[in-house]
Amino acid sequence: MSIAVRVIPCLDVDAGRVVKGVNFRELRDAGDPVELAATYDREGADELVFLDITASSGDRETTYDVVRRTAEQVFIPLTVGGGVRSVDDVDRLLRAGADKVGVNTAGIARPELLGEISQRFGSQVLVLSVDARRVTGATVTSSGYEVTTHGGREGTGMDAVEWAARGEQLGVGEILLNSMDADGTTAGFDIEMIEAVRDVVSVPVIASGGAGRVEDFGPAVAAGADAVLAASVFHFGTLRIGEVKDALLSEGYEVR
Amino acid sequence: MADAKPSVVVIDHGSGNLRSAERALARVGADVRVTADLDTAYDADGVVLPGVGAFAACMAGVRDVRADALVRQRIELGRPVLGICVGMQVLYDVGEEHGERTDGIGVLPGEVVRLDAPILPHMGWNTVEPPAGSVLFAGVGGQRFYFVHSYGVRPGATEGETLTVHGAPFVAAVESGALSATQFHPEKSGDAGLTLLENWLKAL
Repeated sequence: MSIAVRVIPCLDVDAGRVVKGVNFRELRDAGDPVELAATYDREGADELVFLDITASSGDRETTYDVVRRTAEQVFIPLTVGGGVRSVDDVDRLLRAGADKVGVNTAGIARPELLGEISQRFGSQVLVLSVDARRVTGATVTSSGYEVTTHGGREGTGMDAVEWAARGEQLGVGEILLNSMDADGTTAGFDIEMIEAVRDVVSVPVIASGGAGRVEDFGPAVAAGADAVLAASVFHFGTLRIGEVKDALLSEGYEVR
Repeated sequence: MADAKPSVVVIDHGSGNLRSAERALARVGADVRVTADLDTAYDADGVVLPGVGAFAACMAGVRDVRADALVRQRIELGRPVLGICVGMQVLYDVGEEHGERTDGIGVLPGEVVRLDAPILPHMGWNTVEPPAGSVLFAGVGGQRFYFVHSYGVRPGATEGETLTVHGAPFVAAVESGALSATQFHPEKSGDAGLTLLENWLKAL
């Protein structure tokens, strides 16, 4: 027996409400992240990720409130990402009840932030969120993948695989690797990208982007993912957490 | 135990998310207080020593609020203490990180060392092998618990060890008289973790 593959639903939260379609018939309020988190917990989610896409800083109080209320009811690990720009932001999220924080754009703009967070709180709280895509046109990186920002709309020219490795050196405890090419396609994970990152880091890797069928998850784990994350297929009810775990189990992987 | 809820103090020495431990203990019936003011913690039915991050930083926080003296005295008097994660690790004699050795509270013999595994931190849900007669794991010995750590204690340091394997075996929990400790986070281990906390509370 060994550690189980984690199956993680991700909720996009805007000013305290879940956005993107949610299609759970049994929910009283499908837009309430706390109720949705509790539902996923009951269905066997191994962790939860909230991606805070609140644009206005004035509305960010609602995010802390959502985290607080979730932590009161749901006793599985909670990662909160989106808009984390400083050590103080991390402190506030942890105090509200988050277990880990995801850092993306602010770490690209100022990589030292990663070291500051891991030194203050430990690397176990810090997830480096890497939104990556295959390079096209004039852009060249040695791995063939580049880091993007703004939800994949803007390339940075930074090598995504090198960035993941540098993140580990700077003290991140986990890599959330999101394929912007595969995201939303439901055509499966970017297996080659997972393999490329697995080869250069020894921290856990969460594979994200592209899940559409239960058969998509096993190959991501075979490529080296320690955890698999999906959003819309779970929200729309296309797949249930239990179905994904059954499929992984039938392929010989351990699940909770 | 009388009808009154058992009183539990969660020691706030500046370490991470304490809210989950507070809420989980309350959920299973404890009268919980999270505080750095430890005067009243000597008389509480149970004391929880949490901890995340680095051993040295955690131990510095523990000393700042004088939780080391509290834990030593409670254990001498046979009063229950539960260490969680790095709060378990600092109960041992010594922690070694990046070649640097830091004295722990020293109520358990042994050293905390880096785990020997290809992927670290050991992050996620793993199985446990509790000893026969375990109080903490009554009814949940076959369940998985949530771990997140890169350091641990090799088996054989004390009696009452629960073991888990990640690369190599390490101590996932200890039950030694009044002292209980878990390397995993019961407050983050779903229903299995809540049951474990309830088991601890019932034995107070």
